[in-house]
Amino acid sequence: MATTHDGKPTSRVLWVDRFLALIRITFVVLISVGLIAFVAQQIDPQNPLARWLNPDATGLTAPQFKGLLVTGLAQGAMYGLIALGYSMVYGVLGFINFAHGEVFMVGAMSGMITSNKLAEAGLWEDAFVFSLLFVVVTSILISTATAVIMERIAYRPLRGSPRLIPLITSIGVSFFLQNMSVVLLGPGAKSYPSLPSWLSQKRSLLGFEIEGTKLVVLLTAAVSMAGLWFLVERTKTGKAMRAVAEDKEIAALMGIDVNRTIVTTFAVGGAMAGVAGILWGILFRSVIHTTGFLPGIKAFSAAVVGGIGNLGGAMAGGLSLGAAEATAPLVLLEPLGVDGVSQLRDAVAFAVLIFVLLVKPSGLFGERLSEEDRA
Amino acid sequence: MTAISNDPSIYETPGINWRRQIRFGLIGALSTAFISLAGMPVGLDGRSIIQPVLSMGYLSLLWVPFVFASIAGSEVVLEGMAERQRSARDLWAGALVGLGSSGGVVLLMILIQNFDLRDPLVNWSPQLLELLSFDRSAAFGMVIWLVLGTFLGFLGGSMHVVPQKFRSATLTVCLSVFGVSVLETFLTDLLEGFGLEGLTDLVYYKRGGLEVLGAVAVAALALAVPLIAGPRVARVKTQVIEMPSEERRRVNLALLAVSAALLFVLPFFLGKITNELLANVGLFVLLALGLNIVVGLAGILDLGYVAFFAVGGYTTAVLTSPNSPGFSPELPWPVALIAVVILTGLVGLFIGAPVIRMRGDYLAIVTLGFGEIIRLLFLSDWLSGWFGGAQGITNIPGVNVGIATVKGTDPRSVFLLVLVFCGIAIYVSWRLENSRLGRAWMAIREDEDVAEAMGVNTTNTKLMAFVVGAVLASFSGAIFSAKVGSIFPTSFLMLVSIIILVVVIVGGMGNITGVIVGALVLIGVLGGPKQPGLLQEFSQFKLLIYGALLVWMMLKRPEGLVPNVRRTRELHQEEFLQDAWLKGEIDTDDQEGTA
Repeated sequence: MATTHDGKPTSRVLWVDRFLALIRITFVVLISVGLIAFVAQQIDPQNPLARWLNPDATGLTAPQFKGLLVTGLAQGAMYGLIALGYSMVYGVLGFINFAHGEVFMVGAMSGMITSNKLAEAGLWEDAFVFSLLFVVVTSILISTATAVIMERIAYRPLRGSPRLIPLITSIGVSFFLQNMSVVLLGPGAKSYPSLPSWLSQKRSLLGFEIEGTKLVVLLTAAVSMAGLWFLVERTKTGKAMRAVAEDKEIAALMGIDVNRTIVTTFAVGGAMAGVAGILWGILFRSVIHTTGFLPGIKAFSAAVVGGIGNLGGAMAGGLSLGAAEATAPLVLLEPLGVDGVSQLRDAVAFAVLIFVLLVKPSGLFGERLSEEDRA
Repeated sequence: MTAISNDPSIYETPGINWRRQIRFGLIGALSTAFISLAGMPVGLDGRSIIQPVLSMGYLSLLWVPFVFASIAGSEVVLEGMAERQRSARDLWAGALVGLGSSGGVVLLMILIQNFDLRDPLVNWSPQLLELLSFDRSAAFGMVIWLVLGTFLGFLGGSMHVVPQKFRSATLTVCLSVFGVSVLETFLTDLLEGFGLEGLTDLVYYKRGGLEVLGAVAVAALALAVPLIAGPRVARVKTQVIEMPSEERRRVNLALLAVSAALLFVLPFFLGKITNELLANVGLFVLLALGLNIVVGLAGILDLGYVAFFAVGGYTTAVLTSPNSPGFSPELPWPVALIAVVILTGLVGLFIGAPVIRMRGDYLAIVTLGFGEIIRLLFLSDWLSGWFGGAQGITNIPGVNVGIATVKGTDPRSVFLLVLVFCGIAIYVSWRLENSRLGRAWMAIREDEDVAEAMGVNTTNTKLMAFVVGAVLASFSGAIFSAKVGSIFPTSFLMLVSIIILVVVIVGGMGNITGVIVGALVLIGVLGGPKQPGLLQEFSQFKLLIYGALLVWMMLKRPEGLVPNVRRTRELHQEEFLQDAWLKGEIDTDDQEGTA
């Protein structure tokens, strides 16, 4: 048994461990109480169990709940797309590319610019599908270029330096890109042109009332995810990416161009972020220089929730985080008697991150990292 | 390269890397175009450096050809290799880079003339074109730019041809003229305090900027002072170094006491604006010293550091303000401070405990999450019964110290109070750095597993870093809320954490002097998240500059402006080993400098 310097045996269970256990238990208890109270409300709002913590509780109707869920899933799909970039870069280089959220913002910004230019020329209304495709392609190109340039200037010279150095650098890059948008494009929020009504009208699908835009978001995410899966699992480039993620030196010995593979990784992540940027534009129709910050952090949380390095996990993590953040305030917090719950959405997303890291740091679906990155 | 043969042609074909020159020329072109489109020339034109000749707006472009040419011309000389013989060709290489850089401006001018991209790019304006063409015709402006760029590039290239002495003289002159011009507000204020207005009127133009003669005088002074005083200072320095350690310590202590006394007298000679500015710098010195312990000594990247600042500020507000919505004991500030310290320490433990076991980079994001959660909680309606939500808490009384009340309306007293706390923080940091705990922190920073194997209780040690950092930040928060008199959640954005991080990194992680220098340079000159610095015109660009600075520092000088000896070794370990290997010796000199 280990001893301290003055010879007392140290206990294997430190007070921190006890404290951590306490936090975990508190989390679980709060979630269960919230859920029980919610279920009680759903059964009967006058239920004493439901009125115990929050006497004003009204519960949710089924359509309300479904609406929340769909909104959450659509946003979650977007987080998932961004999370792929975090997850891939983490898998390959072992660091959090903090500036990835800003690549997403750059995608949304360039989409805003091109779509407004198209709307000025009258093409946006006349040939909507074609214009949208054009906007998506330009925004993918621009955000891919951003990601690649970023890698070349800021990250490549730092490969092999202590772990926190590239992370701090990426914070600087993120700060720079955000403020670059401010000085070049001005500080205010900018809006996308309005969408045609056939796209934004509600449709019912599998018992869900779902807006067309959200459907587009979910479909696009599914298609991109399938494409990415094909790229990573079925092509030679993907094989190289997996090899580099496993061990850079041995991959290089096997004749893989490590630098090029890393650039490809950044490029693919950037392209996904570009797609997500357009989806943001379609969903919210407004973009500002800070647009990338919160979705970026949440997407990173999604990547961790799903297990970092695990691409399917990143998407699943995104969907679950989106659903959790949309429903948890009303399902868990409202029954607990918290006021103004919708303000706490972002806090819920962070709490999910903390909870997952405390309970299962390797994520829900298991992380896929090489030994050296795990250290 | 060392000469192998005597064939003169080898000497006459100096291997200038022309591709490198062209690349730097292109980067220079992109930089000038970006700076113009970012609106710096127009936004900074109001600030003049040397009255009619040079304004900050033009300087924001003119430094590019000079600096890029001189960087493009610099070459790494490997250990054991001879330096390449410089020749007139280097001048032309510099001129090429300069031409390329100014080419960016010219290209932009042509584009602005022919296209209208004002819709997305806000600075694509006729105003910019006018400024770039020096208020004359565009063609005239373009020619001037090309000539000027080439000339400056030529000068930049010449920096490698002229002797070292000349190079450092140029640098001194440029920096001192720029520095005196930047420090105008401060120096005017200081000289006024000593009743020397005559001197300021002589050097500075009435509406800002140096007079031409003033600039010449400053340059002459900058050259003359080192020439006259240099040898004497060097002599005194060697004398002090050669003293027996006992005596040296006494001299150092005396110096310290004198400078501390001077600092405490200084506020009485300064005006309101300068005192306010220095008080802000002091608040950031406190924050940065705290973060320095967490990031610099213990190597834990805490991105939610603003949380402790917020908790310190809000606790003070709740305990002292009569307007506190929930609980309002209206305690005097010093009593509240005790509660603040205890509470922030506990919050430090509470945030630290869950994150302490995580991987370093996860920890960074999770602390960032905690920082945001705390801000969101202060902002929320849920807790607005306690903290006022978006309305915040107002009417916070100042600090009553018997003879006077320290309040925001009296910046001098605030500055004095901040100075006292900075003194405490510096003393604490200094003592901790050389204590058992400090050595344990550094051991963890270098290698956590090894530290644990050597018997360091890593969990407790890291938590101590969190708690000490939190307490230092809470001092700053407590003073902040007494100074401002009201407190809102918007003062505690994540931005603040990042800015403190930039201060610590630019100054030098793990080095007390470095952190203070970093705060003076960044917060004092460029300004804090909301506080203006000496260069007020920079307010819209400062965050951009902070970001760029952070990246640049990490790439080129991760140890900071004033490096900590041990930290530098960690960061450049490979290079040191390589040097030692090349010199045929393994460096066994483990003596630590006290930088």
